[in-house]
Amino acid sequence: MPDDGRLVERALHGELEAFEELVRRHERQVLALARRMLRNEADAEDVTQEAFASALDHLEKFRGETSFRSWLMTIVSHAALKVLRKKNSLPTVPLDEESLDGLPRPEFIADWREGPTSLLERKETMRHIQEALDELSENYRLVFLLRDVGELSIRETAGLLGLTENNVKVRLLRARLALREKLTRVFGDSTARIAPHAHGGTEETA
Amino acid sequence: MKCEELLAILNEYVDGEIDPGVCEEYREHLDNCDPCQVVVDNIRKTIELCRACEPFELRPAFKTKLDAALRERWRTRRDCRQR
Ligand SMILES: [Zn+2]
Repeated sequence: MPDDGRLVERALHGELEAFEELVRRHERQVLALARRMLRNEADAEDVTQEAFASALDHLEKFRGETSFRSWLMTIVSHAALKVLRKKNSLPTVPLDEESLDGLPRPEFIADWREGPTSLLERKETMRHIQEALDELSENYRLVFLLRDVGELSIRETAGLLGLTENNVKVRLLRARLALREKLTRVFGDSTARIAPHAHGGTEETA
Repeated sequence: MKCEELLAILNEYVDGEIDPGVCEEYREHLDNCDPCQVVVDNIRKTIELCRACEPFELRPAFKTKLDAALRERWRTRRDCRQR
């Protein structure tokens, strides 16, 4: 099976089938990211189509420094944000820098009953993920989606959202902690739940 | 190191971008702290799960529309180049 880079080369040499294979390989992930960012099926499909059209238009600009997947994810993120901006549903940038003060402490701490691979085979898993993401505020959700689902760098995420890199890092951490809390309440083994470590003594302030 | 301090540099640790000196301290804390170990593992799984591909195919009508649109665009591009 040729890798993505090889398929890009072949597409650039005029092979439509190679481009179509690239689309087939990545279409579900592109649509999934668009859907989670936009939360609207019709918009997500439009943006997916626009992203692949734009990828086709700029194919010769793909240099293979990043994976083709992450290149596509940047394109689809950009297209989805444009739609969100047009709908005015993008939150404004906070004036003060967010800080790490007052991070929520993990409360429900337990190993998961199953690993991600077997969880993914269940239909209800996707619903749980979607619900957990929906409960996040837009500020955190978009950062998490771009960085952890789209695998964009901190710098790219900051650039696309018009945030500082520090903003992105803080929001990402808060998003990850919030999602961990929610998903562990669903997937965690409650019989193996453990209490947070109590830091009472002075011996730990080393 | 306290659990709270560990929490604050969790991103860098999970993403493998931590400086080795801090990493040592971190690892030492982790080796002795069950709750933190579980939290780190939970976060890794959370990310892996959310990142994984949705196992759903595209709606057939949308797939047809997408392919047709891209083929059309492909043709236009080729015509432009040949001109
Ligand atoms: Zn700890």
